[in-house]
Amino acid sequence: MADDEQDIILSELDDEELTLQMHDDLYDGLKDEIMEAVHILLGRGWTPYDILTKALVEGMRIVGIDFRDGILFVPEVLLAANAMKSGMGILKPLLIETGAPRLGRMVIGTVKGDIHDIGKNLVSMMMEGAGFEVTDLGINNAVESYIEAIEREEPDILGMSALLTTTMPYMKVVIDTLVEKGMRDDYIVLVGGAPLNEEFGKAIGADAYCRDAAVAVETAKELMARKHNQQGTV
Amino acid sequence: MTDRLSRLLSERDWLLADGATGTNLFNMGLMSGDAPEMWNVEETAKIRALYDGAVNSGSDIFLTNSFGGNASRLKLHNAQNRVAELNKASAEIAREAADASGRDIVVAGSMGPTGELLVPVGPLTHAAAVEMFEEAGAALLAGGADVLWVETISSEEEMLAAAEACANLNAPWCGTMSFDTAGRTMMGVTSTGLSTFMNGLPHAPLAFGANCGVGASDLLRTMTGMVDAAGGSNLIAKGNAGIPKYVEGHIHYDGTPELMGQYACLARDLGAKIIGGCCGTMPEHLVAMRRALEETPVGPKPSLELIAETLGGFSSASDGTGEAAEAAPKRERRRRRS
Repeated sequence: MADDEQDIILSELDDEELTLQMHDDLYDGLKDEIMEAVHILLGRGWTPYDILTKALVEGMRIVGIDFRDGILFVPEVLLAANAMKSGMGILKPLLIETGAPRLGRMVIGTVKGDIHDIGKNLVSMMMEGAGFEVTDLGINNAVESYIEAIEREEPDILGMSALLTTTMPYMKVVIDTLVEKGMRDDYIVLVGGAPLNEEFGKAIGADAYCRDAAVAVETAKELMARKHNQQGTV
Repeated sequence: MTDRLSRLLSERDWLLADGATGTNLFNMGLMSGDAPEMWNVEETAKIRALYDGAVNSGSDIFLTNSFGGNASRLKLHNAQNRVAELNKASAEIAREAADASGRDIVVAGSMGPTGELLVPVGPLTHAAAVEMFEEAGAALLAGGADVLWVETISSEEEMLAAAEACANLNAPWCGTMSFDTAGRTMMGVTSTGLSTFMNGLPHAPLAFGANCGVGASDLLRTMTGMVDAAGGSNLIAKGNAGIPKYVEGHIHYDGTPELMGQYACLARDLGAKIIGGCCGTMPEHLVAMRRALEETPVGPKPSLELIAETLGGFSSASDGTGEAAEAAPKRERRRRRS
């Protein structure tokens, strides 16, 4: 970056410029600037829902595209997601208060025997970034833990992650249990993790394999829309 | 006294490493979700069989069953207090297998990632990571490992911590990263970047390179970039035997022994000195790789086109080096606040 770029004062930007600046600041993971800008927009009478969707979710969508395309990598996305989260922290209580519409709900966790949660955390953050409510079960989840959580949270989506060839078959154990209990069709099941691929996702009975967090968000939105359409035609 | 790996590296044109650990152990009945390291004390005969599989297939180097043997990983199984015991046991069985072979075989003490993010993007401090690697490494050496083998790392920070642990132990070591995201590691390290990084370390590794990742062809594309920036350092290629498929309840890798034989020769022709497999690579693959390396004359450095033609296409358009690397990760900004 050139040093001769002028300093800018967020509060002096008009709404459109400020929104674009927030997209840039999210991209660069500038947490303090995001929080400041959220407060400015609230002060200007924006609804929490508009700030969420037009500034934060849109900004994270751009981050997601560059992550998907191999331009950004995990460290940059983590910083961006943390900045997003700080903005969300301000908006969350206000969103509930104002009864803003909800995009959907997800329960996510890394499967039994697998400690890896970096990719899963990214999906969790990007899903929140896209406006979903996410319950993160953490690592090392046995089938009972998934079942208990989905009965409690009643999510639209179940997400499972595995990073090891020694743990990825466990996803099938969970899906088979859902089938046995007659619950499988109540949820969209997304799977991900470095050693997986689309064929594996299909073979174990998931709705989709998601290559990365950005693809997870796109897939979740698409399948949610499809689900709503189907329900609409019944 | 020169360590065994250094000596073999100076004597030989190439060395055959081993194949998969997890895939082999699954075939012996390891359950998904269980810690393979427990078998170092609970199923010692099976671990010996794992090692013998590599030894009898012609491997010059094989890795101990200790990939997840650091405190952070073992904590998951409530075994964080058993790091020394489990690592030492993995190396002791390996030493016996190597010594019983009648050949000159290197026991490499495997150290996989902690599974945590390091500072600045995560909570794990450099000092804590060094301590974890040092604890595992000391036990591997005590059990008879010739060299410490840091593998499947994705960030420079974690590799740096492992390197420091090896330096503290005054141990010869090797290090490989997994390049699985658009040609780079998950954390954005490029193939050429790893070469520069490894050659800049104060306690330099005997060899470095790539393991796991996507498929054999992607791994060789990574090697292509690494060779260009390696300045003659010894390089390691340990690729997966193709792509994982789920067949009748098991993970099956689609790379045939013949294909892995071709992969091994292409890796050698690219300039890799230590050649092995990773996930899905079974003893029959190793046999085919050794035979191919022995019987195929050294060829010219293969082009990316030849690699793709022989082993299959790449998973991404670019390997993330060159122009793409210079453009990333910054995009055009309108203005920046100070």
